[in-house]
Amino acid sequence: MLGTCFRVADKFLIKENMNTQTMTTEAKDTKKTIRISGSEAVVRSLIAEGVDILYGYPGGAIMPVYDELYKFQDEIHHVLSRHEQGATHSAQGYARISGKVGVAIATSGPGATNLITGIADAQIDSTPMVCITGQVPSHLLGSDAFQETDIVGISTPVTKWNHQVTKASEIPAVIAKAFYIAKSGRPGPVLIDITKDAQFEEFDYSYEKCTGVRSYVPVPKTDPETLKAAAELINNAKKPLVVWGQGVILSKAEEAFKAVIEKAGIPSAWTIMGASAIPTSHPLNVGMVGMHGNYAPNVLTNECDVLIAIGMRFDDRVTGKLDEYARQAKVVHFEIDPAEIDKNVKTDVAVLGDAKASLEALLPLLNENTHTEWHQKFKDLYAIEFEKVIKNDLHPTKEGLTMGEVLNEINTQTKGEAAIVTDVGQHQMIACRYADFNVTKSNITSGGLGTMGFGLPAAIGAKMAAPEREVVSISGDGGYQMTIQELGTIFQQKAAVKVVVLNNEFLGMVRQWQQLFFDKRYASTEMTNPDFVAIAKGYYLNAKRVTKREELADAVAEMIASEEAYFLEVCVEKEDNVFPMVPSGASVSEIRLE
Amino acid sequence: MSTGIKSYTISVYTENNIGLLNRISAIFQRRHINIESLNISVSEIEGVSRFTIVVNMTEEKVRKIIGQIEKQIEVIKAYYHTEEETIYQETAMFKIKSELLFEERQIQNIIKESNSRIVTVNKEFFVLEKSGRRNEIELLHRELSVFGILQFTRSGRIAVTKERMEISQMLAAFN
Ligand SMILES: Cc1ncc(C[n+]2csc(CCOP(=O)(O)OP(=O)(O)O)c2C)c(N)n1
Repeated sequence: MLGTCFRVADKFLIKENMNTQTMTTEAKDTKKTIRISGSEAVVRSLIAEGVDILYGYPGGAIMPVYDELYKFQDEIHHVLSRHEQGATHSAQGYARISGKVGVAIATSGPGATNLITGIADAQIDSTPMVCITGQVPSHLLGSDAFQETDIVGISTPVTKWNHQVTKASEIPAVIAKAFYIAKSGRPGPVLIDITKDAQFEEFDYSYEKCTGVRSYVPVPKTDPETLKAAAELINNAKKPLVVWGQGVILSKAEEAFKAVIEKAGIPSAWTIMGASAIPTSHPLNVGMVGMHGNYAPNVLTNECDVLIAIGMRFDDRVTGKLDEYARQAKVVHFEIDPAEIDKNVKTDVAVLGDAKASLEALLPLLNENTHTEWHQKFKDLYAIEFEKVIKNDLHPTKEGLTMGEVLNEINTQTKGEAAIVTDVGQHQMIACRYADFNVTKSNITSGGLGTMGFGLPAAIGAKMAAPEREVVSISGDGGYQMTIQELGTIFQQKAAVKVVVLNNEFLGMVRQWQQLFFDKRYASTEMTNPDFVAIAKGYYLNAKRVTKREELADAVAEMIASEEAYFLEVCVEKEDNVFPMVPSGASVSEIRLE
Repeated sequence: MSTGIKSYTISVYTENNIGLLNRISAIFQRRHINIESLNISVSEIEGVSRFTIVVNMTEEKVRKIIGQIEKQIEVIKAYYHTEEETIYQETAMFKIKSELLFEERQIQNIIKESNSRIVTVNKEFFVLEKSGRRNEIELLHRELSVFGILQFTRSGRIAVTKERMEISQMLAAFN
């Protein structure tokens, strides 16, 4: 296994920018060896990978590593989360805003199993993350020892790669491989389980970065013929529609992407994971696709003649009923992961490879175009959506506060430059629909797994990775209470996260479904909530509650102006619904406005 | 067949790795796909294992499964083939009471006609080995059942393809 870390022939893959940058400084360090323990090797290896912050929780089987983290605390900052799930989401938030690998660490047994939700979330949302777990000493493996759990077995289906280390000498190469795999190609989570005896064992340490694994092709070669075929379809299209996903952000293709759609004049819509790759206000940005996406791109998906999918995977929340999805269109799919091609939607042209490289190569092949008439259709449908939905969400005339107007206020006061970190539910859909994203990597949300409890800890990681940015966490009263304990992390780390809870006293999204599809039988969705402001104050945060429209602007202003963390509860209308909506099982063009 | 369901032999070349069997079988389990047979062995390349998996499904499905298998980091390459595209065999072993060998002349005829081979004989029992297609083994099983079989076991399918596999060249490109 260890022998499989090879230098890869250049022709086989596009070089990773992230990899080459630090190579030279590292190379100097590689020759000499020092005799150290496995646990020290873990910490030195992390530092060699450029890790400056990691999130975790100590316990018996990982204590030797914590002892080294104590010694190296000037070089690497360990953040004590309040639950291992929080640690993974913080690592995810860190990764999503920075593009770097997030790191989480935990002890064996319950510590390790508590990581699983975050790992599964990172797997489905392609987030680069390395998790390190302690394990019982190797001679006890399989004996049902105290806090022994088969975390490698448990995490196998939700990791890009995982491995158990039982010998200290394996540690540097395994960690190098872990980081390489986590961040290369389509990113994902990797778990390394290290037995306690391997942490204590001494060996001759040296570190070398991994630059390739022979059985793994992170970026498939792009066939120039497919690019030509794609260009031809796009050039001949009368009604082209781009749907882009997180792939554009992950491959740092924002500029190349903008150049392509601007030259060819293509209306472009985003999946929830693709949000913020180009600004909300960009004239070619026609909004979000999918279940609670915008009216025009959903309806016109079933009218376009060429659908150009870029770095997205046709999730069922995006496509609705598959056999009535864009059947009239030719489909072009730009994708890094060959397993995604034809997985859900049959493509006419698949362009494998890295989005940035592919789009840069595509640009000169495209004709300039404007598609003015086609654009008008999007504008017309937007006008309908504005009348029926948006106006009432953003500028309500009824008494109760709407989630939309809170977002509107946050937009105004942050000038659309904040990173918006959401939890899961109605507020998430409202935030994605209405937040102004002027900067890339600004929408940090749990898209594929829909993990309630993601938001607050993810916001901590985002703020710590990008302290210069305004980070606003937006949660519902339900999901907020799933990881509310991370307020303790905010307080201890002095992480200046702005925490907003949109309190409708319901598990709103589920209640909406109960109203629409279960005859209003509100089974276990009503929440009797605690005094959220008192709780925040208990953690020594500045905190305020807003119940009236007149108070909203000032409260948001005070929150944004705060140099420190700030908690704002907004009591919103209890039974508002999120529209438009593609009911599950319906076609995207059957989207409902009310 | 109108359903398009066929028997496919999936061949997977992998790095030798403890966890890989788990990863690969999980791909099938998640999708409720029954594995008809599974065999893991060394391959023609040192340090490279070969999984031979037999499944019944449509070509569209098997293609998707190949994609998921190849996505695993330690999988070098995965292929799928129809029965016509492979040369394949299974091996079965029958343990039978020795006295029958001498008392029932019919058994000796069956052994001869089926092209099976006696691996060992002792006072109590003898062991018969038969390699071949599934239906040949099943036929032999039926014929011997009449006399009583003490133990029976059949291996997973092993198969080589008529087409060339280019694993060595692929690996050479990395070094
Ligand atoms: C961990 C987890 N459990 C359950 C769900 C199912 N679920 C999806 S949205 C939702 C309601 C969320 O309510 P709340 O956090 O109050 O947000 P709101 O919808 O009211 O904005 C639930 C229970 C989930 N997504 N994640």
